[in-house]
Amino acid sequence: MYEYDQYDQAMVDARVEEFRDQTRRRLAGELTEDQFKPLRLMNGLYLQLHAYMLRVAIPYGTLNSEQMKMLGHIARKYDRGYGHFTTRQNIQYNWIKLEDAPDILADLATVEMHAIQTSGNCIRNISSDQFAGAAADELTDPRPWAELLRQWSSFHPEFSYLPRKFKIAVIASDEDRAAMRLHDIGIQLVRNDAGELGAKFFVGGGMGRTPMIGPEIRDFVPADELIHYAEACLRVYNRYGRRDNKYKARIKILVHELGAEEYTRQVEEEFAHMKTLGLNPPVAELARITEFFQDPAYDSRARDELDLTDPDFRIWVEQNTHPHKQTGYAIANISLKPTGGIPGDASADQIDLMADLAKEYSFDELRVTHAQNIVLPHVKKSDLYALWQKLDEAGLAPPNLDLISDMIACPGLDYCSLANARSIPVAQKIGERFADIGRQKELGELKLKISGCINACGHHHAGHIGILGVDRKGVENYQLSLGGSGAEDVSLAKITGPGFDEDGIVDAVEKVTDVYLRDRTNGERFVDTYRRIGMAPFKEALYD
Amino acid sequence: MNLLTGNDLKTGDVIWWAGGQNWSLHVADAQDAGDEGEAILAREEKARRVNASYIVAAEMTDKGPMPLHIKERVRASGPTVRSDLAINTDIPIVGV
Repeated sequence: MYEYDQYDQAMVDARVEEFRDQTRRRLAGELTEDQFKPLRLMNGLYLQLHAYMLRVAIPYGTLNSEQMKMLGHIARKYDRGYGHFTTRQNIQYNWIKLEDAPDILADLATVEMHAIQTSGNCIRNISSDQFAGAAADELTDPRPWAELLRQWSSFHPEFSYLPRKFKIAVIASDEDRAAMRLHDIGIQLVRNDAGELGAKFFVGGGMGRTPMIGPEIRDFVPADELIHYAEACLRVYNRYGRRDNKYKARIKILVHELGAEEYTRQVEEEFAHMKTLGLNPPVAELARITEFFQDPAYDSRARDELDLTDPDFRIWVEQNTHPHKQTGYAIANISLKPTGGIPGDASADQIDLMADLAKEYSFDELRVTHAQNIVLPHVKKSDLYALWQKLDEAGLAPPNLDLISDMIACPGLDYCSLANARSIPVAQKIGERFADIGRQKELGELKLKISGCINACGHHHAGHIGILGVDRKGVENYQLSLGGSGAEDVSLAKITGPGFDEDGIVDAVEKVTDVYLRDRTNGERFVDTYRRIGMAPFKEALYD
Repeated sequence: MNLLTGNDLKTGDVIWWAGGQNWSLHVADAQDAGDEGEAILAREEKARRVNASYIVAAEMTDKGPMPLHIKERVRASGPTVRSDLAINTDIPIVGV
C-alpha cells in the first residue's frame, strides 16, 4: 500500500503544528468559537451531541496493521475505549477532548494518518471498492487512481472552498461495492474496444434530502486524462454551483437544473481549454504510486480445498468470504454487526485484534467498508479456520454479511447533533427480531439501511429496505421505504406510506419480509421481488 | 422554565448552568435562568467556561428540571444505547 513521501509527511506534520497553535489560541481566549470552528472542522473535529467528535480519514478504506493499532490506541487513550467505522470508510471517535486533539493528530501523523478534509466544503476522503487489489472480478486495482486523486485533491487551492462538500468514488469492476453512482463523481475504470484503460464518469449522484443517481457523462476518458477531466467537472461546479442555499449547493442540483447534457457540454469545453494550458497529467506520479500497490507475495502452492466439517465455520465461510483473484486465497469479511450491537462500533481490544490478525493472516492489510465492516483482503484458505476461531472468540464472527442484520445505521440521535431520531436502537431491535441466522439466510441478500435524519448518512435511500427517522411533533417516527440499491443495479427507495413508532417499525420490517417470502420466485432477492410485484402488496400488508 | 446548556470548552462535556458561575454535568442541578439567559450566556462564553451555549425550554418534574425536547433529554442522559457511558439513565426519552 501507499507510503508517504517527504512531501506527504511534511504537509501532515505542518498541519498538526498549525492546529496545535490554533487550539492553544482558542483555549487561551485569543480565538472565538466563530473564528475557531472552521479551523477545527478542517481537521475533522466536530462538536456533536455529547462531546467533540473526531473523524479520521482512511484513504479509500485501506490501512495497515500499524495504522489500525494506532486507531485502537486512540480509542483507548483519548476516547472511551471504542471507535465507530463509518459509511465513508473512515473512523469516528465520539468523546474527544479539545485539549487532546493536537496530540491525537500528532499520534496519527506518526503512522501516516490525519483528519484533514474529513469535514468542510472540500473534496472529502476518496472512497473505493473494499476488495480492490484482491477481487477476482476487477479489471485493475483502482487504488492507485484513488491515491492519485487523493494527492490531487489534498489542499487543492481551487477546491478548498467549494459550494458544498464533494465526494468521489473509484471502482474497477462491474459489481459496484462502493455505491459509486451515489457520489458527486463516480469513476469506473474500464477498457475501450482497443483495450486501452480509461474511465467512465458519472456526475451528480448523491443521497441526502434530494437523492439522485449520477448520470453517465462520459463513457471513456483516457487514463492519462482522468485527473484533468475530474478537474473540469469540479471547475464547472465551482463556478456555477449555488452558494446562496446550502440545501441546493451540491453538484447534483447543478447537474439536474442544467441537465446532464448541458453540464457535460460545459465540462467538455473546460476540458478542452485545460488541455491548451500545457499542464501535463501526472503520468509519472501514477507510475510511482502504482509501485506501492503490487500484489503481495502470494504462496503459489496455496490450495483451494477447505475443510468445512465444522458447521458454524461453514456458515461463516459461505456468508463472509468472497472469491479472491489468487488461487488458494479468500477475502475475509469481519462483520461489526453482532446481534443487539451497534453497527460499525469496535472496541479498542477488537481493533487491536483485527490489526494483529491482519499482520498474521493478510499481508498486513485491512480495509474498511462503506457498510461499516472490516475486510482482511488476502487470507490463505488454509488459514481461514484459525482466523475464524480467533474472530469468534472476540465476537467478531457474526456470519451475516449482506443479510438483514448486516445493517448500515448512522449514529442517529444518540450521538449526532443533526439527527431527529435514534437509529441505533431500531437497528438493535431489528437485529434481535431476526437473530436466528437460519431465518436470515432464508431471507437472503437484504440490505437494510437506517438514517436518523434527512441527511441520509445511513444511506436509507439505497436500502432494499430503508428507514428514515423523523421528528413528528417532538416524537420519534420512522418512515419505511423499499426498493433502493447502491450497487450496480442502483435505484432509489420509495416510501411505503405513513411512518411507525420505534416498535412499529420493527413489526413493519417483519411484515414486508413476510410478503417477500410469500411472493418470491426462485432465486429472487427481496429487491427483485419488490421490483417485480411493486409496492401494492407491501402496502396492503402494512396498512390494511 | 429556561435552562442554559452548552459544552465544556476543554472537554466537550455537556454542561448545564447551575447558578452564578457554576456549571454541572447533571441536568438535575440546572437552575431556571428566567429571562436572563442571553445575558448569562454572553458572560459565561466570555469567561470560556462554556462553548456553543444556548437556552433550552424545560419543565419541573418530580425528577427535577427536565428539557422538553427529546434531543435535549438525550444530551442530558448520554447515549441511550450505552448505559455504561450514560450520565443519567432515569431521564425519559421515548414518548415524551
